[in-house]
Amino acid sequence: MSAVQEVVTEAPAIDAVPKRAMTLGYGTSLVILALLIIVPLLVKNFIIFQLTMLLIYALAVLALNILTGGSGQFSLGQSAFYAVGAYTTAILMEHADINYALTLPIAGIICFVFGFLFGQPALRLSGVYLALATFALATAMPQLLKLGVFEHWTGGVQGLVVTKPDSPIAALFGYKISQDMWLYYFTLAITIAIYIFSVNLLRSRSGRAFMAIRDNEIAASAMGIDVALYKTLAFGVSAGITGVAGGLGAIAVQFVAPDSYTITFAISLFLGMVVGGVGWLPGSIVGSAFIIFVPNIAEGISKGLSGAVFGVLLFLVIYLVPHGARQVAMVAQHLIGKLKKN
Amino acid sequence: MLSKQELRIAAFATAIIAFAATSGSALAQKKYDAGATDTEIRIGNIMPYSGPASAYGVIGKTEEAYFNKINAEGGINGRKITFISYDDAYSPPKAVEQARKLVESDEVLLIFNSLGTPSNSAIQKYLNAKKVPQLFVATGATKWNDPKDFPWTMGWQPSYQSEARIYAKYVIKEKPDAKIAVLYQNDDFGKDYLKGLKDGLGAKTSMIVAEESYETSEPAIDGHIVKLRASGADVFVSITTPKFAAQAIKKLAEIEWKPLYIIANVSASVGGVMKPAGFENAQGILSAAYAKDGADLQWDSDPGMKKFYAFLEKYFPEANKLDGSVVYGYGAAQTMARVLQMCGDNLTRENVMKQAASLKDFTPDTLLPGIKINTSATNFTPIDQLQMMRFKGEKWDLFGDIISGELSN
Repeated sequence: MSAVQEVVTEAPAIDAVPKRAMTLGYGTSLVILALLIIVPLLVKNFIIFQLTMLLIYALAVLALNILTGGSGQFSLGQSAFYAVGAYTTAILMEHADINYALTLPIAGIICFVFGFLFGQPALRLSGVYLALATFALATAMPQLLKLGVFEHWTGGVQGLVVTKPDSPIAALFGYKISQDMWLYYFTLAITIAIYIFSVNLLRSRSGRAFMAIRDNEIAASAMGIDVALYKTLAFGVSAGITGVAGGLGAIAVQFVAPDSYTITFAISLFLGMVVGGVGWLPGSIVGSAFIIFVPNIAEGISKGLSGAVFGVLLFLVIYLVPHGARQVAMVAQHLIGKLKKN
Repeated sequence: MLSKQELRIAAFATAIIAFAATSGSALAQKKYDAGATDTEIRIGNIMPYSGPASAYGVIGKTEEAYFNKINAEGGINGRKITFISYDDAYSPPKAVEQARKLVESDEVLLIFNSLGTPSNSAIQKYLNAKKVPQLFVATGATKWNDPKDFPWTMGWQPSYQSEARIYAKYVIKEKPDAKIAVLYQNDDFGKDYLKGLKDGLGAKTSMIVAEESYETSEPAIDGHIVKLRASGADVFVSITTPKFAAQAIKKLAEIEWKPLYIIANVSASVGGVMKPAGFENAQGILSAAYAKDGADLQWDSDPGMKKFYAFLEKYFPEANKLDGSVVYGYGAAQTMARVLQMCGDNLTRENVMKQAASLKDFTPDTLLPGIKINTSATNFTPIDQLQMMRFKGEKWDLFGDIISGELSN
């Protein structure tokens, strides 16, 4: 094996993570969960909306994390799956009058099939070539959504307006529940369910198969793992979760249009995954926070140069903590451990 | 002694005038909604300062400079304007986030001149449900003139469709047996235009012999133009944004195709399109306009434009006066200031909409002579007039009457 090849195969630099390191400890998880439940009760509706988007993007980042961190495949095409999910929900809600909650599993299934099918030809590709193929998918998607043939359903270039669902319970314990708050808890419940599913998936036989493929494809197939099946399965699961996130996004934003799902969005999700830590699922929420809030901070520093400021912040993160939030969490854990001993 | 008396009379007269000026709108009773106080009016705005449409960000900067000018001159009815402008990177979900931030966190009185059809579509429902004025949106889509369903949303510039209708009328009149080739951008802007053109042609839609669309991501559009030429058309309608408009002009000159050439107003900028495409290639091109062009020498002695240049020098010196967006931002901000002035001390959201719908023959400094802003409770299209023009030498020659592009015509 030449030196160049060695560098290429080693580039992803994903350590063989022990199972436990993929998740957080029980205590920390409960604290975060409690925070996610309590905070919305204390803040304005606008911030609740931002938190909802935080959870939705976290789901999309988590999906990418399963694909890249779990099975070692790259994707710059997540925006396409997200768009399919969003449009599925929007079309079902607006044209077929289906309840919003029911549209989500449909969006998930459609995206799973779409991702699984896309995974078939993508099987022949690896590394940068796979990234390129998914990149093509992401660039093509907005144009496909604009096609005149589908215009009756998609609304073409004008997009579709989605009605925001009302809360089924007007008040709880004398506490008024707004549309935003209801949608937040609805999203939170789905996020938790998908998170638990993902953690268990990666701990299961399939998850071990994903990781075996990630670490060494030849060894994995020698062990009897159906590499093709598991690679496409990873694509399908990732696309399915992204689709659910897309559907939730359409409901929260109340609008879908081709311009919402450009390649920039796919890159944002990729960025979120790297910042959160590749292969570390709880990092997804940190990555999502990064892609939602850091542009706002950058804008606060300089309006004209917000892109440049964002770049500098991103550069700092990658330079100082190359493994993203996971690294920070581990250092913190280490410090806490030390404190406990003293 | 005498001078003191004179002073008293003068003071009295001023008081009467001041009273007369303010009592028109509200009986000197101050009424406020969120975003307005005795000393301040907060205005929200959303612009693509970053992302694919960042060239338009200069509109927001011009408006900020204009409100700085107003504040330096004492504000509107004694109130300073706080202009809060956020970046949405031309992404609809981000626009929703920023609009909610403006309304719920910054508590602005209204959202003014937010840019882009997708972004404005995304926030329209929310703002109408919240009853927050979405005034003078910076897009030419036709759908903003819908006071019945969206009484809180109003456009500003002439709609793309009405402009395209004017071209259709012109072609039918001047070249009844024309064969039209259309090049359009495959997005809301291009499709709206194409619809207007077809509606304007009416029964004669068959005059269009070829249509080609391009994506903004394409590096060059040469292939489309060669194809359109092959159709044998003798009228070429270019529904393009500036970069592609300049490319098209160059390409037509290169392949020596000389049809009757009509170019959409968004790309009629002398500095942004004609000059880079080469003046010699642009001779005889037709378009329509509603605003003066900052790069056009014929306006140098125009009193309105003199005020505009003086403003740029003092409050926005780094601006490029050749950029049509600067002229645009100035005109829109001036209209906004006018509406707030008309509101007097009754700064409720309802009154803001009412006043915005009661503009009578208002003429911002940068509009063409004869073009006036008129609105009513059923007419939410502030500017709906245009004038045809032909490119000659290094400037546009206006010709013909001022044409109303109203859709009823």
